[in-house]
Amino acid sequence: MVDLKNRITDIGPPHYEQFLPPVIKANYGKWKYHETLKPGVLKHVSETGDAVITVRAGGSRLMSIQKIRMICDLADKYCGGHLRFTSRHNIEFMFTEEEKIEPLIADLKALGHPVGGTGPGITSIVHTQGWIHCHSAATDASGIVKSVMDDVIGHFEKADLPAKCRIALACCLNMCGAVHCSDIAILGVHRRPPTINHDTLRKQCEIPNVVASCPTAAIKPAEVDGNPSVEIDEDRCMFCANCYTVCPSLPLNNALNDGVSIWVGGKVSNARHEPMFSKLAIPFIENNPPRWPEVVGAIRNIIDVWRGDANKYERIGEWIERIGWPKFFRMTGIEFEKVHIDDFKHAGLTYKRSTHLTY
Amino acid sequence: MADDFPKTPLIDELEKGPWPSFVTEIKMAAKDNAAPKDLLGLLEQSYDEKICHWKHGGIVGVLGYGGGVIGRYNDLPEKYPNISHFHTMRINQPSGWYYSTEALRKVCNIWEKHGSGLTNMHGSTGDIILLGCTTDELEPTFQDLAKEGFDIGGSGSDVRTPSCCLGKSRCEWACYDTMAACYDFTQEFQDEIHRPAFPYKFKFKFSGCPNDCVASIARSDMSIIGTWRDDIRMDKDAITDYASNGMDIQKDVVDLCPGKCIDWDGKELSIDNSSCLHCMHCINAMPKALRPGTDTGACILLGSKAPIIEGAFLSSVLIPFIKMEPPYQEIKDLVEEMWDLWCEEGKNRERIGEFIQRMGMGNFLEEIGVEPVAEMVAHPRENPYVFYEEYYEEDDEEEDGD
Repeated sequence: MVDLKNRITDIGPPHYEQFLPPVIKANYGKWKYHETLKPGVLKHVSETGDAVITVRAGGSRLMSIQKIRMICDLADKYCGGHLRFTSRHNIEFMFTEEEKIEPLIADLKALGHPVGGTGPGITSIVHTQGWIHCHSAATDASGIVKSVMDDVIGHFEKADLPAKCRIALACCLNMCGAVHCSDIAILGVHRRPPTINHDTLRKQCEIPNVVASCPTAAIKPAEVDGNPSVEIDEDRCMFCANCYTVCPSLPLNNALNDGVSIWVGGKVSNARHEPMFSKLAIPFIENNPPRWPEVVGAIRNIIDVWRGDANKYERIGEWIERIGWPKFFRMTGIEFEKVHIDDFKHAGLTYKRSTHLTY
Repeated sequence: MADDFPKTPLIDELEKGPWPSFVTEIKMAAKDNAAPKDLLGLLEQSYDEKICHWKHGGIVGVLGYGGGVIGRYNDLPEKYPNISHFHTMRINQPSGWYYSTEALRKVCNIWEKHGSGLTNMHGSTGDIILLGCTTDELEPTFQDLAKEGFDIGGSGSDVRTPSCCLGKSRCEWACYDTMAACYDFTQEFQDEIHRPAFPYKFKFKFSGCPNDCVASIARSDMSIIGTWRDDIRMDKDAITDYASNGMDIQKDVVDLCPGKCIDWDGKELSIDNSSCLHCMHCINAMPKALRPGTDTGACILLGSKAPIIEGAFLSSVLIPFIKMEPPYQEIKDLVEEMWDLWCEEGKNRERIGEFIQRMGMGNFLEEIGVEPVAEMVAHPRENPYVFYEEYYEEDDEEEDGD
């Protein structure tokens, strides 16, 4: 029985102040500058003369409570019982004594967590649930992320790239991971129009809602075997799965046709160039679990070509803007195909409208 | 107990290699919990068949809330009975993702008692994700968490859990107190977070400077990004230090300035602040020498989202500069104004960015009572098709000025 009288609701999150390490609380709003002591280790200095060391460790986004407790043990040992996480699933340990840096890094290493993720390198991949927990996933998330990070971990630990490289993965076009402004985006795609389960549709779904959900008006009401249902003009389907989101009887998941696409050149920071969307580099790579070697190889290739040609501070999108897309395709050896050319709304704005070309 | 783990040769491959393994995490949780053990089997089957085995969520939740719990059922419940329901609970994170180990251990203990023991630290929107709860355990988990001061976050067509960068707590570039603003807005809009009443989701993200570490310009319906409007602060000695330590200031700073407003003569750096675009590059490159000014506040932008339905959008400028001082009443009033309009006129599953584009930014501004300014556009219109709303007739009488 629910105890209605003593229920607690609408309290919001706990106030952050109770969780701040003492040095953070004492210097809140007084920070003057910072320096990177080495990849993954920052030192922030305050107007008051205080300094705080931050050690940043990579984590898997999916963590067990057992692991969280081990991480808490380290925070108790080194940080007086405080820790924080970053917006990209990294774990940060803060303290004031520089002599704690190496022992903490050693303890983290023993626990299987690398230190890095700062400066011009790769940091943890922001990603979605995939086959672990999602109904519309066109690929797994954690498995690809683990495989890619195993390959690029050197750039996490060494920060040896021209600029930051932010990788993100979303397992379908819903993009719970909002990968659309990443230096490299890995995006799960469906390629088979929805299968219509006429028997369940009339019980599970509101037909007007289903019809209205389709951005290309490919779905129409129809009578099937004397019952109300829908029909789909498959030529108009662009596999967005918006219909599936409003109606479980229209699944797009299909092992033969689902896979991964790679997008490049996005950024969210305003530094130098304005924020940019990621653009399509590789339209489709088949799902190849457990380690997706073709996806890992494609990303390695893009990073290596960029690293070899870019100027300092040039993120992938800025580099491509300088050299031009034709050169990007030539240098990476990625084939340019019909599907690279936009055909959605305002596609004309993406056509090349000048003779500024390289030969 | 570890001996009766299902055979999982495919996902076992993901325990190899140097990066932390999520499979190892699931196995750690599976030692004393049947749900993650079933998850291992189900995931192995997905890896074998290249397809997911989760069904659409149903409507599940805790009493009195409409958001914050994502229903999840697998499509092979006889084979994997311990994860036949495996719902997600979103728990509103503290601002800046700071924790005491004491609080975090309490969350772990509660989740050990009621759920799978698996988490995401954190989900894409910023919440603590408790992954895998049965329907019966949702309410007890919620109440145990509430007793420790934690509440559920948003999901569905509501205000999603706001998030922020760590701001003034550890960053010298924070142009306003992001953690305080995020906490304040989260408390102000508790009802809107827990009880979905909008056409679709609405996200707030608070970034302290234009580096935008929480990606607010790409991922939030309202992006509140710190900036300044006076001069960049300069420490001349520190600039000299950078130069004498080998930094190529001309190449690495001056040449990369998008406003072309920095000069370096080999000894002295000068900035034409009236042309500064507040991009942060020079400050990022020389953090000991340059800092944002002291007349700080935020630029407020609207409308970013992922592709579904009309394509991906970045947020665009609504208010070029506003001081960020509690209780942020001017912003909250504007938010309420926009929500009223969007709730009245918005279509089902239409984000506010899509709504603005459908009705036209000019019309939207008129409705919410904001004057158009040139900062709102990349450039004025290129086509001549203006929807003028009024015209004169020959016999119109000239109106008296009043």
